[in-house]
Order: sequence, then structure tokens, then C-alpha cells
Amino acid sequence: MDNVGLIGMASVVSAGLTIAIGSIGPALGEGRAVAQALSSIAQQPDETNTITRTLFVGLAMVESTAIYCFVVTMILIFANPFWRYVVAKAGE
Amino acid sequence: MTTSPDHIVIWQWGAASLNATIVWTWVVMALLVIGSWLVTRNLSTTTRLSRWQNLLEVVVSAMRKQIREVGQQEPAPYLAFVGTLFIFIAISNLLAIVPGYLPPTGSLSTTAALALCVFVAVPLYGITRQGLLGYLKNYIQPSVFMLPFNIVGELSRTLALAVRLYGNIMSGMVIGAILLSIVPLFFPILMQALGLLTGMIQAYIFAVLAMVYIASATRAHAERTEVNPPGKGDVSNG
Repeated sequence: MDNVGLIGMASVVSAGLTIAIGSIGPALGEGRAVAQALSSIAQQPDETNTITRTLFVGLAMVESTAIYCFVVTMILIFANPFWRYVVAKAGE
Repeated sequence: MTTSPDHIVIWQWGAASLNATIVWTWVVMALLVIGSWLVTRNLSTTTRLSRWQNLLEVVVSAMRKQIREVGQQEPAPYLAFVGTLFIFIAISNLLAIVPGYLPPTGSLSTTAALALCVFVAVPLYGITRQGLLGYLKNYIQPSVFMLPFNIVGELSRTLALAVRLYGNIMSGMVIGAILLSIVPLFFPILMQALGLLTGMIQAYIFAVLAMVYIASATRAHAERTEVNPPGKGDVSNG
């Protein structure tokens, strides 16, 4: 297989693996956080506002790892520097 | 496929070019400035007030309340900065329902600029509250060995602020475009509605995180001067 095919295959496979593996951890973490927040609200309904606000901020911080993976995937698919290099080389 | 409004050039004259990001940022800014000017032109202090004044009062007082709760301080010095961040991001995300509009927050340059504003504002607020030495002392807390970690943490949280907002808005646009080409009938509308919710939450989170960072740079001073009674969280363990 030539270089173009190799780089294309590696990019697509690693993009899929990135988003697949990278979303496992945040999903588990967010599930735990939401479950804990719900049981806290059930125990102390007066503190709902504080718990909800802290929950949203925490969820956003947990989720940002998944967002990083998504951005890397998008770069691998749509703005791959190696792919551009190889295509530019082939065009010469 | 273009994933960034940076690449859409609307007007070009020689080396100067206007891309969609700049144009829509200006549109949002003009909307905010002219709208606020129109509403605050004739304010009333009686019980008879226009509905737009009522709206702005609700927004401002809600922001003051949130800043007071998150920062545990008086909101007046931070309202201008944090509130502007929130309103700008919220409006530029919510306008995404207008056809033809591209959210400027879907471009990494806009979000990086906003994150850099936070990056600069944190030391500014910290130094005005604590003085230069008092602020720099924060970097060697709890010990000198934490200095590199504190500096790296400062940089990485700025990067995280920028990439989080950019990634959320950009993923909304990309998913909308992909769904439009696969199931063009109904699902893109659902994802757009979800995108509105995400955009609002991201605006809130950006503002709250900015406030948290500013509060962490200024709070040591407040704790030393005020003799606070133990917080609510300490007593409500029962």
C-alpha cells in the first residue's frame, strides 16, 4: 500500500478509536456525578440550587476531556497535517 | 467541508479581508450595544416600567446573584467583565436559530480571545485586591515546589476554556451538517434545539469558571480581612 492509503487508513482508524475510547471515561464519570447529585438533592432539597450549579460546572469540566477527544478526531478527519503533506508531495 | 467560519471570506480588499467570524461578532456586538442603549435611554424608577427594562433588570440582578454566590464577594467590580462575557456568548450561541447565521463562538480564534481576556483579567483583579506581592505569593502556595504546577495549571485552564466552548459549538454545527445529509427531515431540528440548550449552558459555564478563577485569585485577601462565621456547608452536615 502506498503512503496516501496508509495515512488515510491510519487517520480514519485512529479517529474512530479516539472518540470511542475517549468517551468511555467521561460518560462513566458524568453518570456517577449525576447519580450522586440526584441522591444529594433527594436528601437535602433546600440545597438544590447550589448542588445544581456545582453539578453543571463539574459536568462541564468532566465533559471537556471528551470534547478534547472530539476536537482531535475532527482534526484527524478534516484538517490532518500529514494527509495534507502527503497530498502536497504527490502533487509535485 | 469547512468547519470554521474563519474560512468564509465575505469581503476582501488587498491584504485586508473580512471573514464571517468578524462580521458576525460585529453584528452581535452592535445588537447588544444598540439594544442596551435603546432600553436604558429612558429608565423609570416607578412601578410602571417598560417590558424591556424589566427584562434587563431580571438579567442583571440574576447575574449579580450568581456572582455573589459563586465568588462569595460583592459582585460590583466583577459584574462588568463576567456579565459581558456571559451575555456575549449567550447571544452569539442563541442567534444560531437565525438562518444564515454562523456563531462566532464556533471559531477557535474567538474563544481563544475570550479565554485570553480571562487569563489577563485574573492577575489584574488579584493584584488590585491583594497587591503585587500578595498576588504572586499565591503561586508558591502551599509550598515553593508547587510553583511549576501552578503556572502550568494557569496555562492549561486557559486552553481548556477556549477549547471547551469551541468544541461544544463546533460539534453542534458539524452534527447538524452531518444529520442534514443523512436524515434531512426531522432530526436536525431536534439537534438544533439541543444546541440551543448546550449554547446557553456553555455561556453560563464560561462565566462561572471565569468568576471562579477570579475569586480564587482574590479570595485569600477577603478571608484574611473579614472574620467570617463558618459557612453554611459546615453546619448542615446533620
